[in-house]
Amino acid sequence: MSAATSPARQMGKPAIQLLGVNKWYGQMHVLRNINLEIAEGERVVVCGPSGSGKSTMIRCINRLEEHQQGQIIVDGIELGDDLKSLDAIRREVGMVFQSFNLFPHLTILENCTLAPIWVRKMPKKEAEALAMEYLTRVRIPEQANKYPGQLSGGQQQRVAIARALCMKPKIMLFDEPTSALDPEMIKEVLDTMVMLADTGMTMICVTHEMGFARQVADRVVFMDRGEVVESNTPDELFGNPQTDRLKLFLSQILRGH
Amino acid sequence: MSVTVNHTPSPALPPPSRVMAGGPLGWVRANLLNGPINAAVTLLLAYLVVRYAISFIDWAFIHAIWEVPNDRFGRPDTALCRDNKGIGACWAVIGEKHRFILFGTYPYEEHWRPAIVCVLFIALYIVSAMRRFWRKELVLVWVATLTIIGILMWGGVFGLSYVPQERWGGLPITLILATFGLAFAFPLAILVALGRRSRLPAIKALCVLYVELIRGVPLISLLFMASVMFPLFLPEGMNIDKLLRAQVAIILFAGAYLAEVVRAGLQALPKGQYEAADALGLSYWQKTGFIILPQALRLVIPPLVNTFIGFFKDTSLVLIIGIFDLLTAAKTSIIEPQWQGFAVEVYVTVGLIYFIFCFAMSKYSAGLEAELNRHRVR
Ligand SMILES: Nc1ncnc2c1ncn2[C@@H]1O[C@H](COP(=O)(O)OP(=O)(O)OP(=O)(O)O)[C@@H](O)[C@H]1O
Ligand SMILES: [Mg+2]
Repeated sequence: MSAATSPARQMGKPAIQLLGVNKWYGQMHVLRNINLEIAEGERVVVCGPSGSGKSTMIRCINRLEEHQQGQIIVDGIELGDDLKSLDAIRREVGMVFQSFNLFPHLTILENCTLAPIWVRKMPKKEAEALAMEYLTRVRIPEQANKYPGQLSGGQQQRVAIARALCMKPKIMLFDEPTSALDPEMIKEVLDTMVMLADTGMTMICVTHEMGFARQVADRVVFMDRGEVVESNTPDELFGNPQTDRLKLFLSQILRGH
Repeated sequence: MSVTVNHTPSPALPPPSRVMAGGPLGWVRANLLNGPINAAVTLLLAYLVVRYAISFIDWAFIHAIWEVPNDRFGRPDTALCRDNKGIGACWAVIGEKHRFILFGTYPYEEHWRPAIVCVLFIALYIVSAMRRFWRKELVLVWVATLTIIGILMWGGVFGLSYVPQERWGGLPITLILATFGLAFAFPLAILVALGRRSRLPAIKALCVLYVELIRGVPLISLLFMASVMFPLFLPEGMNIDKLLRAQVAIILFAGAYLAEVVRAGLQALPKGQYEAADALGLSYWQKTGFIILPQALRLVIPPLVNTFIGFFKDTSLVLIIGIFDLLTAAKTSIIEPQWQGFAVEVYVTVGLIYFIFCFAMSKYSAGLEAELNRHRVR
């Protein structure tokens, strides 16, 4: 197994560290001794078969799930039971979900301004200006006063990205952001994410979009059955898989496409 | 040979008209008389409706007696009404007794005070129902109005004579019990519903215990406990107003039922909403206040209003501990010998008053539901 990573660019200090992380659901061991270090500004794509623990791992990073063993250190703060550190981490880590999870009773603009106003204590005017700026960046400013239910799936996902960005996070987590979308909408969301990657944001992205991985990822992490099996640059990982598990996985997704 | 080269977009057509084709008669034929079974059912129902409606109109209006003369002692002479019994209604009883029904044993010459109180309550409901007044200031309006209501009912200040609570009665009592009941039971219910989903076992157990205990007991026995047993636990010389005790029992009772309704709404929300709020860093109360409750409560407007309506009428059970609400006052109003036997008229009238309040709630909730759930329609 090649653990060697050859970062494409000069990386900063670690933004996220997972040290010997283990997690169980009841008797099921879903994360097995995960060791992963992600540098500031690094873009990591996580892939692997269904049920391999990808979602669980990134959800542990902002503690939507709790790990039971090991350490997770985000932006220099260790995740523990104390609420202060949890608040601090959630403020710095944005998340985009597979099913968008916009707030259906709030307008697009309100979706984007709620957290900046109440968590960041930003004045309303300023928060609205910021939200409009990000909505413009994801190219849907004209939808600001509509409700989520009135938008297409691709538009909703772009709003979800804008909503997370409005908190000015240092790290963005994406959990299969395009897998609930129709093919013609996948591109618009991926374009948005490429644009975000160009700003130097630290990103962890669970996705099976290999084109996206090749285009933006500094590193691809392959998980299977709760373990990190391989971790390498996209070209190496896709072009020169070391393990049978990865070879099998790659042959399956290539057949699927 | 070109077959389909012409790409003129097809013109946008207006939607088909939904106005009844063939006029009202056509509608009747299409909806009520289509097929022999449908026609038979329609005719049978029409016959029953017409028959009973006619005999009711006959009783209530055509053969009704609206006024009775006084006898030589200056008391109303109801002989006329008695002869007319079973043929026509005797609305004279309402004309004679309406002030007693509405205000009970409140001093007669001070009846303007409870009358204003009823108007204030209704005004308060109307203002609170309008969405454009849903602001923080509304709380102040409530506090101010309820203070004025208290002053009017009790008196003893501003030159108003003092009226002890034992003499209050009728509609104001019903409105007081229902308004304070809901105003306190609803927030209580929300807290209990949230508590039942709490991660802290002590809070959760307490909430479950409360709901199960209260739900397992009839309201009547709660009222009895409040009026008879509760004073036994109080220190000597301390006496809590009977109405207040009944009010507390009603709040606890309604709170338990509403809590379960609210909990149903909380459970119906997808987990993703909680997660998205958490991921944005919202605190527990921010998440609950901005994301969870607004959606959960909208989902349960129909069962909430159902509970409200049931509970509005349940306030009439206070009659068993001797509180003079609208229904008790109505019952008492026909106790004099000359008016005995006219219960139907009195109960129809009181029923109508209850109906107006409940129907207004029902109508309002339907409108509110449509308006608040507009965002869910594409
Ligand atoms: N809340 C839960 N309770 C119990 N088991 C769970 C729970 N969530 C996930 N699991 C299990 O944990 C394992 C890892 O799940 P996870 O969602 O992390 O997989 P994944 O790699 O994201 O898969 P997918 O590609 O299908 O999203 C799976 O076997 C799943 O069934
Ligand atoms: Mg997943």
